[in-house]
Amino acid sequence: MPADFITNLYVFVLAGFVGFEVIRRVSPLLHTPLMSLTNALDAIVVVAAIVIAGRHETKLATILGAVAVAASFSNVVGGFLITDRMLRMFKLSRSKKQ
Amino acid sequence: MISLGTSQLIDFAYIVAIALFILALKWLSSPATARRGVLSGEIGVGLAVVTTFFNPGLIQYKWIILALAIGAMVGIPLGLVHMTAVPQRTALSHSCGALSAALIGIAEYYMSLPHVSRFEMTEIALEVIIGSLTFTGSLIAAGKLQEILPQRPITYRGQNFVSLSVLGAAAVIGISLVLNPNYTHLFPAMVIVALIFGVLLVTPIGGADMPTVISLLNSYAGFSAALLGFVLNLKVLVVAGALDGSSGFILSVIMCKAMNRSFTNVLFGAFGAVQVSKTKGEEERTVRTASPEEAAAILGAANAVLIVPGYGMAVAQAQHKVRELYDALTRRGVDVKFAIHPVAGRMPGHMNVLLAEADIPYDKLLEMESANSELPQTDVALIIGANDVTNPAARDEQGSPIYGMPIIEVDKARTVMVIKRSMSPGFAGIDNNLYYLDKTFMLFGDAKSFVNDILHELSGGSPG
Repeated sequence: MPADFITNLYVFVLAGFVGFEVIRRVSPLLHTPLMSLTNALDAIVVVAAIVIAGRHETKLATILGAVAVAASFSNVVGGFLITDRMLRMFKLSRSKKQ
Repeated sequence: MISLGTSQLIDFAYIVAIALFILALKWLSSPATARRGVLSGEIGVGLAVVTTFFNPGLIQYKWIILALAIGAMVGIPLGLVHMTAVPQRTALSHSCGALSAALIGIAEYYMSLPHVSRFEMTEIALEVIIGSLTFTGSLIAAGKLQEILPQRPITYRGQNFVSLSVLGAAAVIGISLVLNPNYTHLFPAMVIVALIFGVLLVTPIGGADMPTVISLLNSYAGFSAALLGFVLNLKVLVVAGALDGSSGFILSVIMCKAMNRSFTNVLFGAFGAVQVSKTKGEEERTVRTASPEEAAAILGAANAVLIVPGYGMAVAQAQHKVRELYDALTRRGVDVKFAIHPVAGRMPGHMNVLLAEADIPYDKLLEMESANSELPQTDVALIIGANDVTNPAARDEQGSPIYGMPIIEVDKARTVMVIKRSMSPGFAGIDNNLYYLDKTFMLFGDAKSFVNDILHELSGGSPG
C-alpha cells in the first residue's frame, strides 16, 4: 500500500470529522446555501483539471481536462454567485434592527 | 537557508485555501456571518486557481483560458436563476462537479498507461464509477425538478433487479480492470455501465423524495472529488471532497429522519408503488369550507397565526402574496410566524430561501420543533401547499405508510385553514384526516389567487 495513500487517508478522516462538526452547526435555515457553497468549494477540482489540460501530454487528456475545467469552473462561478444572492436575502425583522 | 520551490509555494497556497474553506463553512452557521463565509470561500478557490497557473508542468494555456471562459459563461446564468429554480440548478451543479471528477479520472487512467498498478486502478475505478453515476443521476434529478421529465416515480416490474444487475456489471468490469489494468477495452465499458446505472438509480424516485436524493448526490459528488484527490495525491481535493461529502451525508441523514425512512427505502423502496388501498372508511365524510371573506375575518381576529408552507406554495409562486398577507396581518397586530418542515419543498432549506426572497424576516421562520411547541397557543394554522407533513396519521395511525414521520402538529392549533386545489390526496396517496376535523376549514382554490382574495377582503374590511 503506497505511503501516499496512508497520508491521504489521514487527511480524509480528519477533514471528514472537521466537516461533520462544522456542518452540524449550520442552521437548517441555511441548508440550501450550505449545499450551493459546498458545491462551489468542491469545484476546487478545477485545479486538477487545469494541470491535466495544461500539461498537454496527450490530445485525449487535454480535451478531457479542458471539458473538466469548464464544468468545474461553472460551479465555482455559479455556486458562489447564487450562494451570495441567497444569503443577501436573509434579513431580520425591522423592529429588531432599529 | 531553505529555498522554497514553486511546487512548495503552490502546496502552501492550497493549505491556506483549505483553511479558508473550513472558515467558510464555520461562518455559515449563522445568517449574520454567512456572507463572510462566501467571501472566504471565494478567496480560497481564487488563490488555489491563480497559484495553479504557476505549476511548472503547464506548457499550454490557451485551452485552459478558453475552458475557464466557457465555464464562466455557463456559470454566470446558473448563478442568476430564479430562486424557485434553485433545486434543479443545484442538481445540475452536482452533475457538473461529478462530470469533472470523472473526466479527470479517465484522463489520468489513459495518461498513466501502461504503468497503472492494481492499487491505482482500484482508486481510479471507484472514482470513475461514482463520478459517472452521479453525473447522469444528477442530470435525471435536474430533469425531474425542471419538469422536463415526469416528477412521479417511474417504476416497472423487476426494477430493483435490473438496477442492481447493472451496478453488479459495473463492479465486475471494475474488478477485472483491477486484476488487469491494461485491458483498456474494458475501461469505456465500465464508464458506460456506470452512466446507465445513474439513470436507473434516480428515474424511479418521485418528486417528494428529491430533498433526500439531492443530498445523497451531493455527498457522492463530494466523495468522488475526495477519491480523485487520492488518485492524484492532491490533498486539497481530499479535504474539499471530504467537506462536501460529509455535508451531503449529514443533510441526507436529516432528510431521511424527517421522513422516517432509511436510505435503502428512498433509493429502492419505490414509495410510489405503495398505493394505499382505500378500503376502509370509504363513506363520504364532510369537510367545512370557507370563503376568502370568512378566512379574512378569522385571520384578522386572531392573535397568533402560524403559516405552514409546502411545495404547493412554490408551484403556485405564491410566496410574494404570502408576504403581503404577512404584512397586512402584522400591521393589524397579529403575530405571524412560519413553520418549516425539514422536507418541505424539493431540497433542504428550500422554503426558507423562497420566504427570505419574499422579504420575510428569518427570525419569523420556525423549525419544526419550535413550531410544535407554539402550536397549542396558536389561534390559526394556515397551511399553504403542504399536505403529508401535516397529516396527523403520521403520529396516530400505526398502519399508515407515513407512520412515525415527524409532522407539524397543526391539529393542536385552535383553528386550521388549508388552502388546497381539491381534495385529491398528497404525494403519498394518503388521505389526510386533518381535513375532516371540526376545527378545519378548507379553502379551495389556487394558493396565489386565494391569498390575494383574502388580502382584498382584509384591506376592504379596514379602510386606511
